[in-house]
Amino acid sequence: MIRPMSLQAHELSCRRGDRLLFENLSFQINPGELLLVEGHNGCGKTTLLKTLVSLRQPDSGYVSWQQQAIGQWGDEYRAQLLWLGHLNGIKLDLSAIENLTIACALQGLQVSGQDVMQALDRMGLYGYEELPVRFLSQGQKRRTALAFLVLNQTPLWVLDEPFTALDVKAVDFLQGVIGQHVEQGGMVILTTHQQVDLTSGSINRLRLAA
Amino acid sequence: MLRIFRTVLWRDLLLAMRHKTEVLTTLFFFIIVISLFPLGIGMDKALLQKIAPGVVWIAALLASMLALERLFASDYEDGTLEQMLLSPQPLFVIVLAKVFAHWLLTGLPLVLIAPLVGLQYHLSGETILMTMLSLLLGTPVLSLLGAIGAALTLGLRGGGVLISLLILPLYIPVLIYGAGAVADSLLSHNNVQSYLLLLTGFLILTLVLTPWATAAALRIAVE
Amino acid sequence: MNINWFKYAAPSSFYPLAGKLIPWFMGLALLLSLLGLYWGFFKTPNVLTHQKEYYRIIFIHVPAVWMGMWLYVMMVFWALVGLVFNTRLSYMFASAIAPTGALFTVIGLWTGAFWGQPSWGTWWDWDPRMTSFLILLFLYIGYMALQSAIDDSRRADKASAILALVGLVMVPVIYWSVNCPNPAECSSLHQESSTQQIEPNIFFAMMVMVLAFWFYAFGVVCMRVRTLILQREKHTQWVQELEEVQHG
Repeated sequence: MIRPMSLQAHELSCRRGDRLLFENLSFQINPGELLLVEGHNGCGKTTLLKTLVSLRQPDSGYVSWQQQAIGQWGDEYRAQLLWLGHLNGIKLDLSAIENLTIACALQGLQVSGQDVMQALDRMGLYGYEELPVRFLSQGQKRRTALAFLVLNQTPLWVLDEPFTALDVKAVDFLQGVIGQHVEQGGMVILTTHQQVDLTSGSINRLRLAA
Repeated sequence: MLRIFRTVLWRDLLLAMRHKTEVLTTLFFFIIVISLFPLGIGMDKALLQKIAPGVVWIAALLASMLALERLFASDYEDGTLEQMLLSPQPLFVIVLAKVFAHWLLTGLPLVLIAPLVGLQYHLSGETILMTMLSLLLGTPVLSLLGAIGAALTLGLRGGGVLISLLILPLYIPVLIYGAGAVADSLLSHNNVQSYLLLLTGFLILTLVLTPWATAAALRIAVE
Repeated sequence: MNINWFKYAAPSSFYPLAGKLIPWFMGLALLLSLLGLYWGFFKTPNVLTHQKEYYRIIFIHVPAVWMGMWLYVMMVFWALVGLVFNTRLSYMFASAIAPTGALFTVIGLWTGAFWGQPSWGTWWDWDPRMTSFLILLFLYIGYMALQSAIDDSRRADKASAILALVGLVMVPVIYWSVNCPNPAECSSLHQESSTQQIEPNIFFAMMVMVLAFWFYAFGVVCMRVRTLILQREKHTQWVQELEEVQHG
């Protein structure tokens, strides 16, 4: 039996401390769809994303991938997943190349040095590949982290505020990468403060009010 | 699995090489603590020989404790820990690799510097060898057990002091048998073998069990 | 009789139940300890001539020491139940037990010192049982320190549960290593205690005291769990509808 690839949230509730962030939240994302999670600061966007990627246990309800709870998939679910949080997830003392190589190894991706260089070039980091990331600007650091998107072929991307600290050109480029992923049948869940016009793919909006 | 172990190990060693001072701090802490005891207690040769096993082991306990706080903290702060937790690779292998790197950087130097301590405390060549051997078997246990504490206290205020409160009681068996082995080699050598076997037993036990506990503690800490 | 135990796993139904039980527990604890102490002081024959009157501290010392150990096991048990079934109430039990367990451990050590002074001629000795009991106190303190250092109660519960679990695995190893610092020979100052050798009246008084301490522990743990419930569920409707909350 071929199960349709989809991510479902079943009546999720999360609280932080003793404050209820959201309750009985249910939704589904299918291939070729983008889910834009909206809401003001502190309404639980990041908490929701962390719950979806299994970094956090929901207080009630569950998340399922292809009709099966993600807890049961374990590492298999994580192999389908790419997560980019608030924090860039890169080591400042390593160069961009080293960072990307390690990130790919952790994800279990086989990539050549050339692929890594190309990805960095596409993110506009040509000439900065060998420098410890510590010496790059905020935007360049973010782009180092985002270069991982270019290399990655996992179907589900979960991105927390991917557009922060990027200049207009980089925002355009990133939109292109995300759009392409959605068009190729990928799924993207993201949050953003900025008004971003995503041109391609079917966009669903989820508004968290708390 | 071996590949991910190698990658994480290489990564942590590379990071340490870019911050050599952190490695040296632990080593010098060990040397300084050991050098202070004769100044405080007196320089009588027989007395120094008698207290040497305990002093060496307590200094080793404190030195490995000192370095523990940084084991996961920097990965936690820059988000690479999240990436590790979401890696499809088994987490206990990643944890094991990180702990092994930590031991290479903080435990192994103590083993290698032990002969110097032996000279300071007038120990015989045989006892020095025993000190090195017991440290070689015991310090990995300290790193493995300590990793649980480091994971539990991740990101907490005053985490460093808290780790010592949680973990030092768990170090007691290693202290007793590690120091016991050295003391025994000073006196009789009757039981040296059983001490070393016990330390090896601890090492195997902690090697098998602690990475799971550390992995579970890390998942809780990141929530 | 068929009782639905899971019903009482919900804080909202446990809270009133515990409220009703606490007076009974505390009353029984008071009555039993009065009985136990009376029996211990006036109904036991003066058989132990070499131990003189000071042996009577046994009626506090032994029950306290037992409670110190049992409560640790209980604490780990509830922490485990919490990890497995993810029930909030069991975590609350675990953290409510810790202070009482630590208290009994301190009482055990303290009364032990008072007993040791006249009979062994020293307040403290590095006797294996004393040492391992001191370490048990350290484990309790570590557990409580970790719990209070974490602000988020969910993380605090789970993290301290893991610590308690690691402690449980390590306790036999620690105990054994303290008992046999030299693998070739193991020794202890404590007499090999055996319940058969004890004079029946002394045994009776001791067991009554053990029961009294158990009921005290039940009562005080229930009180602490009720406080924890009020703290953690203060935003729920049923707590806000409670009489004591509305008029308090």
